[in-house]
Amino acid sequence: METLMAILSGFLVAAGIFCLLQRSMVKLVVGVMLLGQAANLIILTSAGLNSSNPAIIAEGEKVITGSYADPLPQAIVLTAIVIGFGFTAFLLALLHRTYKTLNTDDIEKLKNTDTEL
Amino acid sequence: MNLLSLILIIPLSSALISTLCKSSLSVQKLITLTGITGSTAVSVYLLINNGDDGIVTLNTGSWESRIGIVLVSDIFSSLMLTVTGFTALCVLIYSMKEIETRIQSRFFYPLFNLLILGVNGSFITGDIFNLYVWFEVMLLSSFVLLTIGRKADQLEGAVKYVVINLFSSFLFLIGVGLLYAKVGSLNLADIALKITEDNSGHLLNTTGVIFLVSFGFKAALFPFFFWLPASYHTPPTSISALFAGLLTKVGVYALVRVFSLLFLNNSSHFVNVFAVLGILTMVIGVLCAASQFEIRKILSVHIVSQIGYMILGLAIYTPLAVAGAIFYIIHNILVKTNLFLICGIVEKIKGTADLAKIGGLYRAHPFLSFMFSLAAFSLAGLPPLSGFWAKLSIMKAAAESEHYVYLGTGLAVSVITLYSMTKIWTEAFWKDQPEGVIVTEHHTTSKVMVFPVIIMTVAALFVGIFGNYVFQICIDAANQLLNPQLYIEAVRGGNL
Repeated sequence: METLMAILSGFLVAAGIFCLLQRSMVKLVVGVMLLGQAANLIILTSAGLNSSNPAIIAEGEKVITGSYADPLPQAIVLTAIVIGFGFTAFLLALLHRTYKTLNTDDIEKLKNTDTEL
Repeated sequence: MNLLSLILIIPLSSALISTLCKSSLSVQKLITLTGITGSTAVSVYLLINNGDDGIVTLNTGSWESRIGIVLVSDIFSSLMLTVTGFTALCVLIYSMKEIETRIQSRFFYPLFNLLILGVNGSFITGDIFNLYVWFEVMLLSSFVLLTIGRKADQLEGAVKYVVINLFSSFLFLIGVGLLYAKVGSLNLADIALKITEDNSGHLLNTTGVIFLVSFGFKAALFPFFFWLPASYHTPPTSISALFAGLLTKVGVYALVRVFSLLFLNNSSHFVNVFAVLGILTMVIGVLCAASQFEIRKILSVHIVSQIGYMILGLAIYTPLAVAGAIFYIIHNILVKTNLFLICGIVEKIKGTADLAKIGGLYRAHPFLSFMFSLAAFSLAGLPPLSGFWAKLSIMKAAAESEHYVYLGTGLAVSVITLYSMTKIWTEAFWKDQPEGVIVTEHHTTSKVMVFPVIIMTVAALFVGIFGNYVFQICIDAANQLLNPQLYIEAVRGGNL
């Protein structure tokens, strides 16, 4: 299962980078989202994937017994998803405003502020 | 309960309160001023009274340190917090006059508070995922500040800045995932302890490289710095000044903190990588800056070159070199922000900062010119100004550890820095106003804008002339960084 997840996130990264290198603004957003999902999958997989119980202490017990899934990556991935969501929303608004102002969705044409080095 | 949480609570609450008072700008100004002053005061207190072993920790929510999020403030952190607070205060006063009221009313003050919150949080967190979260707090507010006013240039610069920073955050997140998979902990002290105990530091090299690239983007290291000259000259000068002073330094801080704790003691490769990157950053940054002809662009590209010195200090990795790097960070925050502030005043007077179109400032504004020359010569490293001691200590450390290539490069880069600064001096201040060029001149300068410049110049002079006191603190900070054991013990034995 972990191997599958590794391959899947590899594909997502590849697709994300491919989209980032395109000239269209929409593909830029898609690329950033794909990269974010790849990172989330890696975090989710980081504690190992198994079909054990959730980390809940049974009633009357003091400690958890038996095997349980590590809750920390799940908590982290939740945070990462929320942050990624906020960033995607901001990026969409920014690109929309840029498109309205500059009348182009071609990233190659965004060269007015570049400093010649 | 100790004062550490106040560093975060104060800016957060002043951000929230100033959002609620959105109808009255003067109330927002007052609240922000109080908030930033308050958090700076707490930082100063932490710097003076940081416990017997010099490290203050706070386990949030009373969780044990390896489970919950722990806040840590050692000398390096509290020093950075203090300088950040001071700089933010100066920029805040300056921005009240510099930024148009129309733009200020678009939640400038809440965002300012949130930016400082993110920077402060990055400095005191002891948890690698929490560091990511603070980075994001800082980044999101910097995105909005960069685009505030929504001019075409700003939007365009922001697209590059946002995408490259999202990419670097993505790398950071992957690094965190891989680190957790290998070590099973996110607490920096806990990870450091685990890898020294079972001697598995070499297994972390991939994570180290990912962190290096990710922080490299944020710190504007070569070859990751190209977003910086494309975006830093677009927003209002106060915002440029704040970014120039603080944001790249947070990247450097993260490099120093994470690598000194986790990687540099376990693997010798990273030191060489840092040396190569540092030297290339210094040389390429300074050469790119020398070819610019607009004040704010020269200063922006110069940030890159200065970052190289700090990384070089980390690469030499002796107490003197690391102390030099810390001293360099302090000096650079003060002087670089000050130069941007002066550049903003020049733009207000002349309407442009293009060196071909302006001149005669020395005759019309001798006091401003004096302030500029102090800051510029300090950046270039003339004694007895702060930049001299910063460079001297790094160069001395290079000579002591017999890295003569570092020594030679550092000196050569200084000379080219001096050339760039002299160029601004002769073109903008010394030569007469070129004839036939029409600029809209305002002969009066606002006192509110000059006041922060004076304060920052005095602070930079203080750091230069009383360099031995400041340097002693830097040496203590460097000794803590070079002995991660102190940090680990302080966090693990933290007041539960």
